[in-house]
Amino acid sequence: MSGQAFVDQLKQKFGDNITGSNFENIDPWIEVSPDGLVELCQYLRDEPSLAFDYLNSITAVDYLHIDEKKAKKATWEPHTEVVYHLFSMQHKHSLVLKVTLPRWKDDTPGELPELASVSHIWSTADWHEREIYDLSGVHFTDHPNLRRILCPEDWVGHPMRKDYEMPLEYHGIRGR
Amino acid sequence: MSTTVDDPREIEFDVRTDEMLVNMGPQHPSTHGVLRLVLRTDGEIVSEVTPHMGYLHRCAEKIGENLTPRQWVPYTDRMDYLAAMNMNLGWALTVEKLLKYEPPEKGRHLRVIIAEMGRIASHLVGMGTYGLDLGSFSPFLYAFREREKILDLFEEACGARLTYSYITPGGATADLPAGWLEKCEDFLTQFEPMIAEYHTLLTTNSIFIKRTAGIGVMSREMAIDYGTSGAVLRGSGIDHDLRRDGEEIYTAMYDGYAFEVISQQDGHYPKDHEYPPIPQEAILGDCWHRFYVRMLEVIQAIDLVRQGIERYRTAEGDYGEPMKLTTKLPKGEVYLETECPRGQMGFYLVSEGDSIPWRLRARSSCFCNLSVVSELSRGCLIADIPAIVGSLDIVMGEIDR
Repeated sequence: MSGQAFVDQLKQKFGDNITGSNFENIDPWIEVSPDGLVELCQYLRDEPSLAFDYLNSITAVDYLHIDEKKAKKATWEPHTEVVYHLFSMQHKHSLVLKVTLPRWKDDTPGELPELASVSHIWSTADWHEREIYDLSGVHFTDHPNLRRILCPEDWVGHPMRKDYEMPLEYHGIRGR
Repeated sequence: MSTTVDDPREIEFDVRTDEMLVNMGPQHPSTHGVLRLVLRTDGEIVSEVTPHMGYLHRCAEKIGENLTPRQWVPYTDRMDYLAAMNMNLGWALTVEKLLKYEPPEKGRHLRVIIAEMGRIASHLVGMGTYGLDLGSFSPFLYAFREREKILDLFEEACGARLTYSYITPGGATADLPAGWLEKCEDFLTQFEPMIAEYHTLLTTNSIFIKRTAGIGVMSREMAIDYGTSGAVLRGSGIDHDLRRDGEEIYTAMYDGYAFEVISQQDGHYPKDHEYPPIPQEAILGDCWHRFYVRMLEVIQAIDLVRQGIERYRTAEGDYGEPMKLTTKLPKGEVYLETECPRGQMGFYLVSEGDSIPWRLRARSSCFCNLSVVSELSRGCLIADIPAIVGSLDIVMGEIDR
């Protein structure tokens, strides 16, 4: 599967929902808008010539400099990226899919950004999405059971965010 | 005074048991680490299983964002402490992929030898403790006795017995000491005939077959859908092994090595005339098959180590120097999965051009393998739960972040 031709084909099918691509990186990726994610994922899995039936991993990356000096030099605006790594058992090819989200919904600190769940397409996404919700704070809509998975249910905050602060104490246990 | 019942269903209703919640764990002998399973049972029948993990939570990912890649190597040890060598290797290759670095020939063979020895050691624990879960004690002792000999070899190579940090980005921390290869060969010669003994004690043991065959059957579609990997995936009959199908940087390591992926095709395993027959009760994808795949992989690993030793002897040059502690990472992001004994272990590394990663993520095989438990165990007996969880060969250290 060659890079540009593949993106052009997807663009024809999904129009402006394919928002970008990068072929210079070691693992090339394509970027999709949050609205078009589910439709694209369904297509990627069901189209026989692609058949991405195996979801390796879902990751969220928080882009934020807490240091003001560094923030001025940063080449990007603060945002959160959700990265999907797909693989096809049949064709033995892989794909990296990215979705860019705001760090907070409507720029209101504390309001988690929302993204549609793909757990009905790949069952493994269920736990991966729960983990991302727990650690990086992304709210997956339509997820069947969106609860914390690694941290206790009453934990405050999302540890993998760059501006996360360790709690001073938790149920009488000293934190910092 | 006797009572008569007109409708027999009424009796059935009368003796019906109540639904009950049973806690299994957090510390159960059949799990390596702390895992709590909440079972919803009706009598002995399990209707729902909810795994709860996160009791370790060692912040490995967060620490990784504050250390350089070489400083993080010891943390990979502590994730899957039963196959720490393979974890080191996975991380080393991920960093090398980002740096576009290729280790020298000799280092490549050294890595194959060490990684496959690690696989044997890990499968021995998996096999031994699985026997223990099902009430068979002797194989557990035998397996640990053999594993100890591998640990002795590892200790000689790197000085540690559990957390090695031996394979690092750039190569390995030291070359194999003089005389090590001979000792390794001696071990293999002594160990190979032992495997028949394990087959007698477990694989063909009728109690063992009764406890595992036809239990926890996972179909091909389910195995792929849940993203399972390693022996769990191949136990369902899927012909997929990253050592052959993975990314080039990893498969290049096994370039020129002769090996077959262990998975059942048309009712047969590769070279299975040499091994005990598949029992009639066994269904593809059940606990027995997952166990059997692991056993065959031990034999395969012995063969690979032998090939590696041969190549290592004739390879010229250096084994590869570890990269500097504070090497600047180029800007970019990589994801790499390697075939660890427990399955595909993936590392995702995002670099913004500093010497420490911007984001580091570990995608662990056990995490995905464990997520199947609730679906596999629906409708089985309580006694089968250890059999199912044990057959997935889970190490909790790998699941926690």
